[in-house]
Amino acid sequence: MSTYQTIHHDVLVIGSGGAGLRAAIEASAKGVSVGMVCRSLLGKAHTVMAEGGVAAALANVDDRDNWRVHFADTMRGGQYLNNWRMVELFTKEAPDRVKELEAWGAVFDRTPDGQILQRNFGGHKYPRLAHVGDRTGLEMIRTLQDHGIHQGIEIYQEHTIVSLLKDGGRIAGAFGYDRASGSFKVFKAKAVVITTGGMGRIFKISSNSWDCTGGGIAIAYDAGAELIDMEFVQFHPTGMVWPPSVRGLLITEGVRGEGGVLRNSAGKRFMFDDIPENYKSQTSTDEEEGWRYIQGDKNAKRPPELLTRDHVARCIMREIKAGRGSPHGGVFLDIAWIKEKISNAPEHIKKKLPSMYHQFKELAGVDITKEPMEVGPTTHYMMGGIKVDADSQMTTVPGLFAAGECAAGLHGANRLGGNSLSDLLVFGRRAGEFAAAYSKENPETTIHPDQVSELMKWALAPFERHPKNGNAFQLQSQLQEFMQSLVGITRSEGELTEAIDKIEKMKLLIKDVACDGNRNYNPGWHTALELNHMITVAEGIARAARERKESRGGHFREDFPEKSEEWGNMNICVKKSGADGMEIKPKTKLGMRPDLEQVIEEMK
Amino acid sequence: MSLVKFNIWRADSSAGKFQAYETNITEGMVVLDAVHQIQEESAPDLAVRWNCKAGKCGSCSAEINGRPKLMCMTRMEDLPKDKPISIQPMQAFPIIKDLVTDVSINYRTKKKIKKFNPRKPDAPDGTWRIAQSDIDRVQEFRKCIECFLCQDVCHVLREHWLHEKFAGPRHMVYTAALEMHPLDIEDRRADLKHTAGIGLCNITKCCTTVCPENITITDNAIIPLKERVADKFYDPIKKLFRLFSNKT
Repeated sequence: MSTYQTIHHDVLVIGSGGAGLRAAIEASAKGVSVGMVCRSLLGKAHTVMAEGGVAAALANVDDRDNWRVHFADTMRGGQYLNNWRMVELFTKEAPDRVKELEAWGAVFDRTPDGQILQRNFGGHKYPRLAHVGDRTGLEMIRTLQDHGIHQGIEIYQEHTIVSLLKDGGRIAGAFGYDRASGSFKVFKAKAVVITTGGMGRIFKISSNSWDCTGGGIAIAYDAGAELIDMEFVQFHPTGMVWPPSVRGLLITEGVRGEGGVLRNSAGKRFMFDDIPENYKSQTSTDEEEGWRYIQGDKNAKRPPELLTRDHVARCIMREIKAGRGSPHGGVFLDIAWIKEKISNAPEHIKKKLPSMYHQFKELAGVDITKEPMEVGPTTHYMMGGIKVDADSQMTTVPGLFAAGECAAGLHGANRLGGNSLSDLLVFGRRAGEFAAAYSKENPETTIHPDQVSELMKWALAPFERHPKNGNAFQLQSQLQEFMQSLVGITRSEGELTEAIDKIEKMKLLIKDVACDGNRNYNPGWHTALELNHMITVAEGIARAARERKESRGGHFREDFPEKSEEWGNMNICVKKSGADGMEIKPKTKLGMRPDLEQVIEEMK
Repeated sequence: MSLVKFNIWRADSSAGKFQAYETNITEGMVVLDAVHQIQEESAPDLAVRWNCKAGKCGSCSAEINGRPKLMCMTRMEDLPKDKPISIQPMQAFPIIKDLVTDVSINYRTKKKIKKFNPRKPDAPDGTWRIAQSDIDRVQEFRKCIECFLCQDVCHVLREHWLHEKFAGPRHMVYTAALEMHPLDIEDRRADLKHTAGIGLCNITKCCTTVCPENITITDNAIIPLKERVADKFYDPIKKLFRLFSNKT
């Protein structure tokens, strides 16, 4: 019989990206004992890859900006499916959260008068993204990490959580293992915050790091928490397409924010061809005016390359499908052209987009100051996830909280660029605060040893099996392949049903997956266990996508290409039912508060 | 597509040896892709640490043909194929398994460095005014992705294992970012001399050579810090002043 070690904390934070760190810092500041579990090393989480910036209405570059404009932009971008209370809190609190980072040592790029500089991004009416070149995520995670290590938080690096533990209806802690030794750990806690980020790794073409397997969403679901908006996956319009090994790697929207334009094989700026009705009043139809906007002309409207990601991604797909794509199946993104407009263009590009310059030079042999990039859509972000209360970030399971990408509601059907970095600050902090309060108000929980024994037996089972269905890596590749082809950027009833059939078959194969070797740092074993989480999230996405019979934001149905008013008022809820059943239920949204309705009206 | 031979270090914490593998390499592949392919085809328990595969997280540090590099940023076409490509873990840290090393010392070292301590805000709303030109240098240091390749190649750590006496290049860069931060008012010079052992660096610049972020570690971080320490402790006029004022 295997053994385990039990560790006690008031609050356990699972996940150590921006949201996890911010939650842990806040909970610790409230005077409770906090443990934070990192699946990787500290400071390596996917936040590190965020590039373009953190959106907050600081109004440093354009004084017309304020929370109300940011509110209207975020709701419009999310096609009004967003949880409006979350958007309200978010847009009001984001500026303070960014300023706080500066007080903790972050070094953002500056305006000429020495304030935090802000840049243009898709769907944001004014320049709103505080940034550090194109490595804003690194700056943020490092700032939070370097501040966090001095706040008395107990940090468990390279530990994976396999399952949450419950005591009756309430959360009691979590069960997992130390990746290095494979030894089991039980984290007993009065409140648990899930901050595990996204799930891009269930798709073949993805901008996400390996960490993004949707684990937190799956363990919350298994513990009985409701998920919402699972059909809304963001495909970022600009991922690398060549060479094949880097396909999907992100190219920041900041390239377009700095003046980059999209062209097809005929050299045409095709984004001018289709400007959605609700963006017509803010979007330029003239190339010259678009450039003036980039240069900061407050009277100019923004170029169509800065429309929302869902729309730009679909326009790129349209060009590729119509045979007007680039040699390797993408379109062209050109920043080099700005040399026609400014004298020191190569230096400017290297200063503003250093990682992009580096990435193309090193991995594709392309000099972006001289030639265009080839780009195509890549799986980037999960709008959906764990349903939370807007104010407290508590899930539908008492004592269980969630924040950041794994939580849902803020972004509705489509997220605006830059809103995720401020999301994790605003709601990371809130989750930490309310989890700490919950842990103070509630008594100790009990860990049930038989529950732990069961989990240990389950976790060790792959070592006992004989390999017959391929190893875990092969199954993972198969899952990524069919999710990409059947549940990707364009969807249909037939394809989604096929995907669900494949998911059901794969669930059986996963039950048989075996692994070699021992428990020490064994990626084969880790993947065998993680597959269970990946398949749960994949199923949630496919089933919710089949249910939503319209096209909206990140969800595009070929068989229902239009928006429907009825669906525009519904969130699809996903909940575990019985041992292996998944319940899918559309629920009517709560009507918006009149003063917020008013804001939307004013900003139209 | 071509079949390429690899020698990959397979080890537990006590012993290890090179093991031969081969896999098909296609256009544009990086070393990490090859390692993943080998994992999938023939060695599912081969331990390798990685996250972003984009040169941004600094997890997949290793020694490729003896050179400290990120596996995700080393293209297969840049390596000679006439003999097997060797992949080893970083040598300056204890091995956990195969290509994965125990880098926890770096986290302990960093925690000993006094944290950021800003001056009072410049504006009533709690914000500061800083010129871009005053932060260009600090931003260079803050590009660091903590891959620890600089620690790996540093003789003081790699050959002499003085991790407890010398903080190493990464932490010199971290300290420099704090010391040269225009808002910071902390003084870390005594710690640099006594705790971080800055005197042990003999400026061979190996760290600068291997930095995947091209941070000019020695010239821009370590030497200016050495100057600051020298200024505080070895300036003869100040020494005289201290002698007469009875201050140490």
